Amino acid sequence: MRDFRYILTGLAIFVAVVTFPLWINAGKAAQPPDPSLDTPAINQLPKKQCIEATDYMRQKHMQLLDQWRTEAIREGKTVYTASDGQKYQISLENTCLSCHSNKSQFCDQCHNYLGVEPDCFSCHQAPDGG
Amino acid sequence: MPITRREFLKWGGIVLLGLGAWPTVRGLAANRSTYEANPQAYSGQKWGLAITMSTCWPHYQAGCRKCFLACQREHNIPDIDNPKEEIKWIWTEPYERAFPELNQSYLNPRYKGRPFIVLCNHCDNPPCVRVCPTQATFKRPDGIVAMDYHRCIGCRYCMAACPYGARSFNFQDPRPFIREPNPAFPTREKGVVEKCNLCAERIDQGLVPACVEACPYGAIAFGDLEDPTSNVRKALYAVGYAIQRKPELGTKPKIYYLV
Amino acid sequence: MLEKALRGSKAYWGWIIFLLALVSIGFACYLGQLSRGLAITGMSRDVSWGLYIGQFTFLVGVAASAVMVVLPYYLHNVKEFGRITILGEFLAVSAIIMCLLFVIVDLGKPMRLLNMILYPTPRSILFWDMVVLTGYLLLNLITGWHALEAEAKTVTPPGWTKILVYISIPWAVSIHTVTAFLYAGLPGRHYWLTAIMAARFLASAFASGPALLILLSFVIKRVSRFDPGREAIQKLAGIVTYATAISAFFIGLEFFTAFYSQVPAHGMTSLAYLFWGLEGHGKLVPWMWVFVLLLALALVLLINPQTRAQEKWLKLASAAVFFGMWIEKGIGLVIAGFIPNPLEKVVEYVPTLPEALIALGIWAAGFLILTLLYKITIAVKEETVQ
Repeated sequence: MRDFRYILTGLAIFVAVVTFPLWINAGKAAQPPDPSLDTPAINQLPKKQCIEATDYMRQKHMQLLDQWRTEAIREGKTVYTASDGQKYQISLENTCLSCHSNKSQFCDQCHNYLGVEPDCFSCHQAPDGG
Repeated sequence: MPITRREFLKWGGIVLLGLGAWPTVRGLAANRSTYEANPQAYSGQKWGLAITMSTCWPHYQAGCRKCFLACQREHNIPDIDNPKEEIKWIWTEPYERAFPELNQSYLNPRYKGRPFIVLCNHCDNPPCVRVCPTQATFKRPDGIVAMDYHRCIGCRYCMAACPYGARSFNFQDPRPFIREPNPAFPTREKGVVEKCNLCAERIDQGLVPACVEACPYGAIAFGDLEDPTSNVRKALYAVGYAIQRKPELGTKPKIYYLV
Repeated sequence: MLEKALRGSKAYWGWIIFLLALVSIGFACYLGQLSRGLAITGMSRDVSWGLYIGQFTFLVGVAASAVMVVLPYYLHNVKEFGRITILGEFLAVSAIIMCLLFVIVDLGKPMRLLNMILYPTPRSILFWDMVVLTGYLLLNLITGWHALEAEAKTVTPPGWTKILVYISIPWAVSIHTVTAFLYAGLPGRHYWLTAIMAARFLASAFASGPALLILLSFVIKRVSRFDPGREAIQKLAGIVTYATAISAFFIGLEFFTAFYSQVPAHGMTSLAYLFWGLEGHGKLVPWMWVFVLLLALALVLLINPQTRAQEKWLKLASAAVFFGMWIEKGIGLVIAGFIPNPLEKVVEYVPTLPEALIALGIWAAGFLILTLLYKITIAVKEETVQ
């Protein structure tokens, strides 16, 4: 047990490093995201609904966008028929962002809160920049 | 009867498999949505172009660059003023460079050094598609050699494979070099290869390629090479002879030049 | 056994720290490349592969060190190689790790590397290169490590490792063949479009890998109490002699086909660019003539039995083979494939400083891995000698 002291010190340092993000942020509650729907296009909608139900979009928009890009780019299928029968052109710029023209208020809020960095906007252009 | 270990593992495995498949089952059940092509989309088997340079030349000499500008605007092509890092979708090369194997010692001055419009040949047998390790470059059913920029890893094997120099690599972020951004079309990002897509996005909406539409003199004929009544076939049969770039390499280019 | 790498002389630790410093400099430059893109390199849309892929290509050849000791030992019962098979295998391990690192730093989108596995594409030679290189890495790591462990415990290695050794022999041929196919299967790259490309790769690999192993054996003899053995080194020298002569012959074949046929599309212009310069461009000409001189020197020293048997001449000859092949394969072969470009224009390539430092950092990382593996091996061998 000669090395007991070293092992214990090593373990303590390890635990401290691993839990660093927890205690450095302790007591600082992050602002919960509040995605804004206040865009001219959305305000004009009679019923505020995205192409699918809000809950579905909240949970699955990444899978949906992923499938959109596969169908549009690789299969040439550029028309999406939603569950309610409504048809949409598959395009991040021309469909999604035409309503959600406020990327920083809509997309970025949640993404920043959750610490995810999707790289959609390094190619796709948001109307409010980015 | 107590269950044996073998039984336990067997049923445990089946249950785990079922759990793993559950999201798929649920996803399939919930999603009643469908995907289809735009009914207005042009459908063809082998899109191709026939370029009549003699129609183009007088206007080109007078400074017409309408086809290049239309392409540049449509696709957010950066204007990088460095020949080593340039992004080129459609441009001109002198005859001797576009057709090095057809360069003759006593070439008719009508062709010598004259500019020829060059772009991706959308080969019927494309070497770039063959070498791409991720299928980021692929051939669509309509013959367009397309790229999925989401999937490109930037290995540049396709650039080594292309015998036409039609591929460009984004050595740096292209955005600062885009003159008039077109918000309807994505830009590219640093680290991916890009090239002419024969305006696949326009063809899918029922529009002809931007360069074809932009030419007021009809120098570029577009159409389905398999369709005898198409514009491109009519153009090919209208004059004496059509040439292709490096046909001896077996790539079967789909861009023809009428001479 | 890993702890054996932690005990060493001051010189050992000095060498380790020197390598770590080079690795850090390379890594810092790579971070710059990640944020600014491959624009920091000398590559262009015309010469779209450069120093990185050149080093990768050359190092695939160095990995042949393993098969050239394993094959004679296991198939022809050449007992002298018994002492150095592990050295050959570990040299292969570090060479392949360098290869993989060079491919990764060459990617424009390294974070998407897994796409190669997520969308496996058997028609792409690059896919197969990934398969054979990682396979060869694992084969050598597993067989080398088990052999060393068995030696430390003075028992015979487990029987199943012998099966892996036999698999590794044809596998070694596959890594050179597949890497050659990366180049030899492209239309319009005349310099590469040659059926003997794979044969050339094998010949130059069997020259450069064992040549480095000879040099390393002399280093080991000097810094440790383990002597790889004069017979083993002389046997390796024989292999290097044949492989170098065959390599020179193959390059001669390329010249004949290109220049006697006078068909430009058989590599005439690229060879002219390399050896004489083309349209006033000739940045690689001095390099290629150094290569010719090194190869000639090596052949004179190796073919002559008197000089080959003498340590100092053999060292010189091995170094000449290694650096000569490095010029031919690590620089000339890859770059000249892009010159002239498909539009018959000459656009030259010169690596930039950060690019060279990244390459140096990867070499240092490879030598660091090699040093650690060799340190453990030598410690085990010194124990068994006592």
